[in-house]
Amino acid sequence: MTAATTTATEDALRGYELIVGLEVHVELATVTKLFSASPNRFGDEPNTNIDPVTLGLPGALPVLNRQAVELAMRIGLALNCTVKSCTFHRKNYFYPDMPKAYQISQYDEPLNVDGWLVLADGTRVGIERAHLEEDTGKSTHVGGSGGRIHGSGHSLIDFNRAGVPLVEIVSRPDIRTSEQAREYVNELRAILVAIGASDAKMEEGSMRVDANVSVHQPGTPLGTRCEIKNLNSVRSLGRAIEYEARRQVVLLEAGETVRQETRHWDETDGRTHTLRSKEDADDYRYFLEPDLVPLDPDPAWIERVRSALPMLPAERRQLLAAATGAAANSEAVMVVVDRGQDPYVLAVGDAGGDPARALVHVKEAFAEQGAEPVVPAAAIAKLTQMEVAGALTSTQVKQVLADLVAGEGDDPEAIAAAKGFEAVDTTALEAMVDEAIAAQPDAWEKYRAGEDKAVGALVGAVMKASKNQADGKAVTAILRSRRQ
Amino acid sequence: MGIIPTTAAGIADAVRDGSVTASDVVERHLAAIEVREHEIHAFNLVGADAARTAAAAIDAAVAAGDDPGPLAGVPVALKDNMCTRGVETTCSSKILAGWRPPYDATVVERLTAAGAVVIGKTNLDEFAMGSSTENSAFGPTRNPHDISRVPGGSSGGSAAAVAAGFAPLGFGSDTGGSIRQPAALCGVVGVKTTYGAVSRYGLVAFASSLDQIGPFSTTVDDAALALEVIAGHDPMDSTSIPEPFPRLREVLDRGVEGLRVGRITDLPTGADPDVIERLEAAFDALGAAGAKIVDVEVPAFTYGLTAYYLIAPAEASSNLARYDGVRYGLRVDAPDTNAMYMATRHEGFGAEVKRRIMLGTYALSAGYYDAYYGKALRVRRLISDDFARAYEHADVLLTPTSPTVAFPIGAKTDNPLAMYLCDTYTIPSNLSGHPGMSVPFGTGADDLPVGVQVLASTCGEATMFQVAAELERAMESATP
Repeated sequence: MTAATTTATEDALRGYELIVGLEVHVELATVTKLFSASPNRFGDEPNTNIDPVTLGLPGALPVLNRQAVELAMRIGLALNCTVKSCTFHRKNYFYPDMPKAYQISQYDEPLNVDGWLVLADGTRVGIERAHLEEDTGKSTHVGGSGGRIHGSGHSLIDFNRAGVPLVEIVSRPDIRTSEQAREYVNELRAILVAIGASDAKMEEGSMRVDANVSVHQPGTPLGTRCEIKNLNSVRSLGRAIEYEARRQVVLLEAGETVRQETRHWDETDGRTHTLRSKEDADDYRYFLEPDLVPLDPDPAWIERVRSALPMLPAERRQLLAAATGAAANSEAVMVVVDRGQDPYVLAVGDAGGDPARALVHVKEAFAEQGAEPVVPAAAIAKLTQMEVAGALTSTQVKQVLADLVAGEGDDPEAIAAAKGFEAVDTTALEAMVDEAIAAQPDAWEKYRAGEDKAVGALVGAVMKASKNQADGKAVTAILRSRRQ
Repeated sequence: MGIIPTTAAGIADAVRDGSVTASDVVERHLAAIEVREHEIHAFNLVGADAARTAAAAIDAAVAAGDDPGPLAGVPVALKDNMCTRGVETTCSSKILAGWRPPYDATVVERLTAAGAVVIGKTNLDEFAMGSSTENSAFGPTRNPHDISRVPGGSSGGSAAAVAAGFAPLGFGSDTGGSIRQPAALCGVVGVKTTYGAVSRYGLVAFASSLDQIGPFSTTVDDAALALEVIAGHDPMDSTSIPEPFPRLREVLDRGVEGLRVGRITDLPTGADPDVIERLEAAFDALGAAGAKIVDVEVPAFTYGLTAYYLIAPAEASSNLARYDGVRYGLRVDAPDTNAMYMATRHEGFGAEVKRRIMLGTYALSAGYYDAYYGKALRVRRLISDDFARAYEHADVLLTPTSPTVAFPIGAKTDNPLAMYLCDTYTIPSNLSGHPGMSVPFGTGADDLPVGVQVLASTCGEATMFQVAAELERAMESATP
């Protein structure tokens, strides 16, 4: 967290402590739906991935998808949960895009309980539960404003999403700042992608976040919480929490009370609005789903899933940090691990390259390369060797790198030779610096007098004289040593 | 042309060996329907054309030397709450009138794969809620033995169809006695298997934890034959029993020598004297055949009815919530979605269905759940435990199926509680999941049929059928 954010938030909170718990829904990356054989696929023609079970036709019965259970177990195990025998319940309520008028979910006996997730700042956020449930269909309201049901002429329903397996991950209220909330979601997303449980895309709705927000004076009981919905990005999440916390503090400071309610985040006006109060909440009349039997994963199955889990992002960041000397929470390490390119950077090191430089190159130039870059690791290894040996300037390195990424050759030496790159030798560079000083005495005097930015004109002159072959950093270093 | 047998087994044998054609079998049954259906109203739909087409295909198969299966050419009447692909499936409710399922129930698939010919969809109490087949949006079914009386319910249409000779096999669903009670009132055999023995896939749910599909027939052997076709594991039903279903036909002539037949000493009272007399005659007959009659107690039996009228409506309130006018069936237009739901459900459901949805919704509501639904579940557990103890001392239990013979149409329609009492003796085995069947055992008041109920322990169908076959033999030898 940056110091600036802390101060702003803390000022706005006037001594109140912010308490946040998050409920994250993720769509599992299964082949078929949670209870039927229809494909689980985003973006198909509406109402093509449907069947009697999906549509809740009379007489249809659910059959639990083993792959969904396995992915849900992976999530639980990756979040340090206990995986246990569990049951399914019906959550009853009417909504047009809910085909059976009940959602099959897990209630008092979820699959995964009592885990935790560690944030980059070391904060351990408890995971209360991570349970399986089915998604609803998707309503599109036509004729109203902004796709809302209010004022719309009619609604269209796409049942492709109905029955898609979801895992709802409920954190404990261990989050204290909006920044931590964002980090929690980012870290959770990284884990879900790494273990292959979900593509976890907030923009496509395969990851959906609701925030429970309350404030209280430290040392006093927790305040009344509000649940914030419609958070479509990590950024919205942070903004909504900050807004909501301020709203609650203002109420309390004015001697009013916070009502327990569900609130809707409006991205355009940057506020939360009442959606429904606790009194309006549905009575879901939960009861044990009689069409399913209890799920009792045997210990051998759980162990198989556990042992097949890949290394999680936090550990991968540690490994990459150790190999490259960068900080585990540095942008380069975070980005490269997020892209799954950390094994590649390590491979460059194994091939004799310089891991620190490889990390920077991969972070800068490999955004489009995915987890298995086409550039041979040996090529990047050789490039970093040339760089360390001073055979190429940083500008030249970038040009060679660009050619490698573009697939124009895979031998950095050959590329450099073809481009006519030769490292400018120091004597020649010194001479060019002398010429630059002689040509621009005013700039030199200003620089000597301590005006650092005056160095730009001098460096620029050298670069021009060398036809951009000189290393800008080296030129600056020479000028700096002359000044002393 | 050979003489067309009256039993399903006889028909299947004759069709398979070519001595009669499936087409002739179908025509004979369509003719019977033509004669009496107008006064019985067993069917919501008679599929004459489809039946003729299916029969012709069976005959072609036989002619080609193929075996159409163990039910070759046997006409079957299906309760109209089993999904039939492309054929209207209404549950005798306005809310589903006109709905054609895009798929067959597993039972329907298995029947047709075995060579059976679906001759029609039969009437029922709306969504199987009732004991007289009077709660039908399409009018009541009448008892073939006396058309001023009810056939029982809710599977009254299938029971009446078999009793009237419209089909040698009928299929119903039994949630609290809806196969066994109409079987008793119509003088036919009716079986509810162990919960999970027959797939529920494609059976329109009333109360999912209680519903079982089962057969009606004129003989115990036909019921066994039908079950051997439809029972057995179905991966489409998660509550389906994985173990193979027992072979039943081979046990029918084993007799009952040494079997322990239990008399429930604390059975709820209320059965009419003529019914009790037939039950005693059944004990006598089994005793005479070498069975040992033993006394057992099932204390929680008496609470079955109360627990059932919380559990079944609770599940029904959820199962029937999908009839909302959004995707299929009736839709009554209204200005907004909630108003459309209400108008559709107000118009589409009958009074008894609404009563049970209200009961069930209430029983599951916050603040009432523990006192009603939760307590009913505990009673259900007690009933199972009591039965389990009883089955340590007895192989089967014998009770009346229905407390009375068939009652006049309209006699109980104004008194739901009196109607509910019809299922006093059948409900507990739905709650415990145990199998039970009704076997015709003579007549009572007004020469109307009386059924005796044989109950057995989990997956005890073979023993149950052994005893049922003995009762059948006893009746045959008593009838000149």
